Amino acid sequence: MKTTIDPGTIEGFKARAAEEGLLDVAYTSADSPFGALLLAKTRRGLVRVGLPNQDSDQLLVDLAERVSPRVLEAPKELEEVRRELDLYFEGKLDRFDLPLDWRLSGGFRQRVLRAINRIPYGQTRSYTEMARRAGNERAVRAAGSACGSNPIPLVVPCHRVLRTGGALGGYGGGLPMKQALLELEGVLGESPAA
Amino acid sequence: MTPLPPFQTVLDEHSAAVMGILRGAVGREGAEDCFQETFLAALRAYPKLQDASNLRGWLLTIAHRKAIDHHRARGRRPIPVAEMPEVPVENGMPDLDQGLWAAVGALPPKQRAAVALRYGSDLPHAEIAAALGCSPEAARRSLHEGLKRLRKELG
Repeated sequence: MKTTIDPGTIEGFKARAAEEGLLDVAYTSADSPFGALLLAKTRRGLVRVGLPNQDSDQLLVDLAERVSPRVLEAPKELEEVRRELDLYFEGKLDRFDLPLDWRLSGGFRQRVLRAINRIPYGQTRSYTEMARRAGNERAVRAAGSACGSNPIPLVVPCHRVLRTGGALGGYGGGLPMKQALLELEGVLGESPAA
Repeated sequence: MTPLPPFQTVLDEHSAAVMGILRGAVGREGAEDCFQETFLAALRAYPKLQDASNLRGWLLTIAHRKAIDHHRARGRRPIPVAEMPEVPVENGMPDLDQGLWAAVGALPPKQRAAVALRYGSDLPHAEIAAALGCSPEAARRSLHEGLKRLRKELG
């Protein structure tokens, strides 16, 4: 025996939850040229972007534990994020204008990520420079791992950080994706080995 | 302690059971609103929930309370009927007959919940007990008393 539920009833519940301020984490999945992304935001702003090769169920479980268990699928809440990402993938947007919620990274990591967030479109920086900007030039490895743990990839452009000498380094979404993003931004092919 | 899953998972897994018991307890029309009230109350309380091992029982308990609120708000009285009419069955589920469910709605809360959970949601005794927060024995007794009373009322 399967009880069917009018989708309007579920939507009505979510609208009322949002109205009452109970939507601690709203998420949706969004298409991209690389596959499905998971987008999640809090009332402060975008808190998590899951890349196509990451397990979105696991990401949601993590959000429930680390932010709040009030996690609900609510595509409407993420319309602006989706719109800007679509434009970015079409090469029509070179700066995201989205509020960000940094709470998933603390201390040095967050300083590194905030420094990365200031790298302009179409430019790259080295891990060493990011370590210096975050206040500890010798912590290159820690800066690299901060990039690797970036909870908001794409929007916080960790793909713009390369090894000193220009080698690609690593990327949570896989190196082909990093390469494609840099090509999209017109970086690669020009001076990859500079 | 089991960590709390994302609320969306709770909604996906248990919304059918909640809707089932609510349709049984308050009828199709009232169920929509009671459903939203149930999940809003659950969402409000969710972060402080201590034990995630029986989310279904927890939700059904809330649903049960919302159904009672609904009946109170309506100030429903029992509608006596002479005999139980034949009810056309669709998808293996009897269509909710107003007379019968009005009589169910007029039962004392525990009996009403037991009947609704057993026949509206098709739950086994153990789960009815969990939803009502009582022993399986007590659940069986409430169900038995409720059915006896219904038989009497409906002739």
